Amino acid sequence: MYVDKFQFHDYYLVDELLTEEHKLIRETVRNWVKKDVSPIIEDYAQKSEFPHQIIKGLGEVGAFGPYIPTEYGGSGLDQISYGIIMMELERGDSGVRSTASVQSSLVMYPIYTWGTEEQKKKYLPKLATGEMMGCFGLTEPNHGSDPSGMISHIKDAGDHVILNGSKMWISNAPFADIAVVWAKDERERFGEWWLKEDMMDLQLLKLIANGR
Amino acid sequence: MVERGYDGFTTPETHSKWSLRASATGELVFNNVKVPKTNLFPDVRGLKGPLSCLNSARYGISWGAIGAALDCYDTALRYSKERIQFGKPIGSFQLQQKKLAEMITEITKAQLLTWRLGVLKNENRATPAQISMAKRNNVNMALQIAREARQILGAMGITGDYSIMRHMMNLESVITYEGTHDVHLLITGMDVTGISAFS
Repeated sequence: MYVDKFQFHDYYLVDELLTEEHKLIRETVRNWVKKDVSPIIEDYAQKSEFPHQIIKGLGEVGAFGPYIPTEYGGSGLDQISYGIIMMELERGDSGVRSTASVQSSLVMYPIYTWGTEEQKKKYLPKLATGEMMGCFGLTEPNHGSDPSGMISHIKDAGDHVILNGSKMWISNAPFADIAVVWAKDERERFGEWWLKEDMMDLQLLKLIANGR
Repeated sequence: MVERGYDGFTTPETHSKWSLRASATGELVFNNVKVPKTNLFPDVRGLKGPLSCLNSARYGISWGAIGAALDCYDTALRYSKERIQFGKPIGSFQLQQKKLAEMITEITKAQLLTWRLGVLKNENRATPAQISMAKRNNVNMALQIAREARQILGAMGITGDYSIMRHMMNLESVITYEGTHDVHLLITGMDVTGISAFS
């Protein structure tokens, strides 16, 4: 059987800048990757198949929404802990890290930041354990680096909206239970303010950094 | 939020990838999908929403790439001490030492960069442009290390007995998704000049 002999390298003693909790988290995730990811991942990559059995473990090591508060099922950890978890997962495989990145930053983060209380309660705890998996739809077949040109849109229809369009290159899409989808409403689709307000100008980028 | 099972919502899988093969990728197709208004985010307008999500994900990727780089470096370092050619471990040859020395130098720089970025992020002071710089630098660093590490392993580097080629192919996606290598450079360019090169 494949044995993962990985040893960590820390040439500048960066470890001294970390807390005991950071190092404990790193150890936990590394051990899990060595036990549950490294022995199987090459085989799954060769078969071009996602190893669904790792979802439960990803939830248990806290890889889903580590910085989301505990009241919503997250771990309430800091950003360095999140980074360390991503580093250890990608040490095993970028695809495994991608699954956790999407779930944490592209599904749980927007629901936590922009969602209503009902939405947070409904989705976040299940997303944190992996009982529910999510994906994020922004990129479209003809709109990659320039998402402002997206054509996916919603139309008001009383108590619901009608969504049309398509998204491409979406990690986790084939098995996700929910998709966080970005689409234009009628005002954004036909109004000029969209262009004026939302080009990726410096002011906007600074706003985002300070606005969460 | 669109839930699986809504009428008109399908998620066809993308096949024939040479990268992220152990990860499932697909399309989202919406054909007159009825979405309850309770599923909408009440207050997000424009690109602020998706860009703030990407900001958080890219920060994580800047750390993740170090993991892939460390795994490739660790594999190549061990191999260079075990593999004997011309009566000596290949790690004793100058060209192999150059590769290994440059790898650990770049990994060390990336570790310090992300640690500092993490401190700024904890204080809610990390700017999107700083995150772009770290994502771009670290993913490119990891991809270059994967390629050099593959060379140290010679033919063995192309097999599934080692993780290097899998990391290398994965990183070809990572250097493109969540903002391409080129666009992140233009964000740094815009940040330092105050002039956008893409609008």
